[in-house]
Amino acid sequence: MIVAEQKPFEEIAKMVEIFDKVLILGCNECVTVCLSGGEKEVGVLATSLRLYRKQGDRPITTVEETLVRQCEWEYLDEIEKLVEDVDCIISMACGVGVQFVAERFPDKWVIPALDTKCAGGAVEHGLWEERCGMCGECILHKTGGVCPVARCSKRILNGPCGGSQNGKCEVKDVDCIWDQIYKRMMALGRMDQLMEIELEKDWSKARDGGPRKMSREEVMIGE
Amino acid sequence: MSEFQPKIVAFCCYYCAYSAADLAGSMRLQYPPTIRMIEQPCSGRIDIQLILQAFEDGADGVYVAGCLEGDCHFLKGNYRAKRRVAEAKKILDDVGIGGERVEMYNLSGSMGPRFAEVAHEMHDRIKGLGPSPLNKRATKKEVMTGDCS
Ligand code: SF4
Ligand code: SF4
Repeated sequence: MIVAEQKPFEEIAKMVEIFDKVLILGCNECVTVCLSGGEKEVGVLATSLRLYRKQGDRPITTVEETLVRQCEWEYLDEIEKLVEDVDCIISMACGVGVQFVAERFPDKWVIPALDTKCAGGAVEHGLWEERCGMCGECILHKTGGVCPVARCSKRILNGPCGGSQNGKCEVKDVDCIWDQIYKRMMALGRMDQLMEIELEKDWSKARDGGPRKMSREEVMIGE
Repeated sequence: MSEFQPKIVAFCCYYCAYSAADLAGSMRLQYPPTIRMIEQPCSGRIDIQLILQAFEDGADGVYVAGCLEGDCHFLKGNYRAKRRVAEAKKILDDVGIGGERVEMYNLSGSMGPRFAEVAHEMHDRIKGLGPSPLNKRATKKEVMTGDCS
């Protein structure tokens, strides 16, 4: 899933300071699971903003809504009426959701309440880790299902580097993922595979090649 | 102007603080009338939103009272409450209400005197802090407009 984190309250409050009635829009997908932009978080942010603004001369009215998904037009259609009536929309979705909202409602000012962090998962309650760098050409079959693109600090494809110490990475306080790849390949009896040199990756398939698009003719609706 | 009498909401776990309050009553222990108790099935029922809402609805202080650590009827509810109260403190600091207006206490059902002590402690703390910024504003407005209804 996409992992995101709420921006500091002060920043959000600053972004909405000129507005009097805002729609705080949650998303029921990834950001609900990573506890940053679901119905509950919408409630807490709305109450926080009201508490904050009530102390000054410009109280704020909040409208709360959480959609099945913000990254799909049909769900955004549901809030057309609500949107008409507010000065701006605070989206509590990932960056994708925020942009879909902005595109669907071109006349409205849209504010992101979250910082979108990575594609990852919860390794335990309250702890999320990055797992995929969305490189566009997966090599997990060569590395025992452990991704060096997203999880090696240097993105090395033939690791580890010389800085791997006792299973720890030299760059930051994380496990050296190449150490883990070796251990896993050893356990699976596939060490021979690691002897092969992995040639340079085609980064044009990743974000480096510019914004990406995906199409599937057979599911398109039309003539 | 009459002396400030805080409004304090106490979210009390049924298995400990709520029973302790009963006991305090049977023991005829006095505690401040500024405490409004809300019974909860477990302190783990507390939610950041509930705490914030209490302030929005006029509380000057809030506390959550759960079982002694290790003694939660539902095993870990009080540990979860403790973390949520800590987070609520941060949010209350951020929004300008002040994190010191919310607290977590732990006691058992047999601790009637401690219940009364906690109530006094919180009453004194909030009295010292004065009305919540929201209520301060309301008071100011009333004075200015003469509207005391
Ligand atoms: S190899 Fe690429 S696609 Fe596969 S997990 Fe890693 S970053 Fe994601
Ligand atoms: S120590 Fe391991 S994880 Fe860190 S940069 Fe080197 S190979 Fe990558």
